[in-house]
Amino acid sequence: MSKSTTQPEAGLGGLKYDPTKRTRAPEWNVFAALVFIVIVFEILNRLNGTSFLFNLRDNVPGLFNQQRLNIMILQIAITGIIALGVTQVIILGGIDLSSGSVVGATAMITMSFAQTLLVNGNPNPKAIFGPEWMDLPVIVPIVVGLVCGIFAGMINGLLVAYTKIPPFIATLGMMVSARGASRWWSNGTPISFPTESYANVSNGDLLGTLTFGLLHWEGQNPAVVFVGLAALFQVIMIYTLYGKHSYAIGSNEAAARMSGINVDRHKVLVYTIAGMLAGVSAVLLTSKNLTAQAGMGMQYELDAIAMAVIGGVSLSGGRGSIVGTVLGSAIFSVIISGFTSIKLDAYYQEMVKGVIIVGAVVLDQWRQKSRARG
Amino acid sequence: MSDIILETRGLTKHYGGVHALDDANFSLRNGEHVAVVGDNGAGKSTFVRQITGVEQRTSGQIFFDGKEVDHAGPLDAREAGIETVFQTLALADDLDVPSNLFLGRELFKFRLGPFSWLDRKTMRERTMEALKTTAVKIPNVDNPIRNMSGGQRQCVAIARTAAFASKLVIMDEPTAALGVQETAQVENIIRGLKERGVPLILVSHNLRQVFDLVDRIVVFRRGRIVASLRRDETDGNDIVSYITGVKGNAEGAYA
Repeated sequence: MSKSTTQPEAGLGGLKYDPTKRTRAPEWNVFAALVFIVIVFEILNRLNGTSFLFNLRDNVPGLFNQQRLNIMILQIAITGIIALGVTQVIILGGIDLSSGSVVGATAMITMSFAQTLLVNGNPNPKAIFGPEWMDLPVIVPIVVGLVCGIFAGMINGLLVAYTKIPPFIATLGMMVSARGASRWWSNGTPISFPTESYANVSNGDLLGTLTFGLLHWEGQNPAVVFVGLAALFQVIMIYTLYGKHSYAIGSNEAAARMSGINVDRHKVLVYTIAGMLAGVSAVLLTSKNLTAQAGMGMQYELDAIAMAVIGGVSLSGGRGSIVGTVLGSAIFSVIISGFTSIKLDAYYQEMVKGVIIVGAVVLDQWRQKSRARG
Repeated sequence: MSDIILETRGLTKHYGGVHALDDANFSLRNGEHVAVVGDNGAGKSTFVRQITGVEQRTSGQIFFDGKEVDHAGPLDAREAGIETVFQTLALADDLDVPSNLFLGRELFKFRLGPFSWLDRKTMRERTMEALKTTAVKIPNVDNPIRNMSGGQRQCVAIARTAAFASKLVIMDEPTAALGVQETAQVENIIRGLKERGVPLILVSHNLRQVFDLVDRIVVFRRGRIVASLRRDETDGNDIVSYITGVKGNAEGAYA
């Protein structure tokens, strides 16, 4: 405490206004961590004569390792969209364990509305509905996907807001039920053969071949959607009432209630938006894979929570940002790709993933304590 | 009678069989500073909670600003002009000072339901003005208040009253958790309210503070108002006698 050194003239009034007292945005720390981890993997790769980030082969053009970046971006995009919703829920002081299962259920239902009538001249062997429900315009499965996600999210929100059960339990119930629904929908058989227009949702290129300086890639619609949604929600969280109230409720729910905020209605809205984002993710995932399976999205919720936590979103609510989560998802993806690049066994990857999640939470707790000490 | 800003008649609150507040008759003149004292469980906080609409009274009437009022919640009371600084700080730690001041009554550039665009610039300017009138110095209003001292946080809570030109300020134990210097800071703000003619109800355990700050002292005992004494007509011993029940009858007094 440096209070005595800044004692104002009257002996009262506490500290003086000091613009340099502004705290640095914690996102910078996350960004620094991202850069650090990339450098570490680059060094580890160089020791083996390869490169993590750069293209060392003569027969392939380009400065960067395009293939690895493509995989990383796709990895980030589909789970990252879920993480955007999970971030908002955690900022609100809640948790959403259901998003992975909601992706699974939504994938199955959505794909049923995206099937093509004829596969190589033969009737679609995986048909769920009759011929009148085949070859629907692409907007139909997209809307169905969004509605499924919204429906699941709204149930989560209503449970949390009005039955007052802990979000952990409410969304755990949804996680189990939604997974059940995804298996029940087609008795466990995969649903395949979408229309060409549906396949183009993820595999086509909305903005043509994207070029950012030395980077360029094609057919990365999921990444475009992810970046677009991230920018949208970053703005919403900072500049609108929605964001302000989310942070307020996560920070001090009693105070928010006392200030006249309709806390329950706001909770329903946030969980609904999180569900909708899971729906978006399901549409992109099925379109990318050209098939839907009952096990899709398994553990995505944990990956999404991990991305948020690594990005500095506090599990106790009220702190964190969309930008943080985007950086967190980049770290997450770099770590997974990095382990693959140094040929670390997949089993180790899983174990290390767990350690990283716990480590990020420990770091958050430690940060909180050191701040409280001043 | 137009001089009276707040009046309660027969204000009563029962929690089941517990008579937390019984037939409280109280009035407050414009510009007057009144302290509410009493032992733990005497009904001070209950009394405040009925006026601020946090709880609904069992019976009785409340008149505010010349009209009978029936506030459904704290926001109602706040909109009517009753600003309360609660015992437990009603602040969101992770928000900055302007967001806390305007929590639940944000200003907008344009309205679009929950996605209404906040007018952050105006809110910040009005926050700075409010802090100026309370003579509170905050290191940086754009920082989350988590990092601020108890006194600074309490001042933020009190600055709300200045930002919204309230007709009545109620403070429930505003200095209970504060250090010496921070307490002095809060007391200074209270003197500032007095100068600006804003009436105040101060719930406090600190008799030294009460004698320092207010015009009149109202004593609660076992859910009843047992005394209403002008500061210059009483002393500490007198007040303590009323608080402990040595003085004062069971019938209650008109405050």
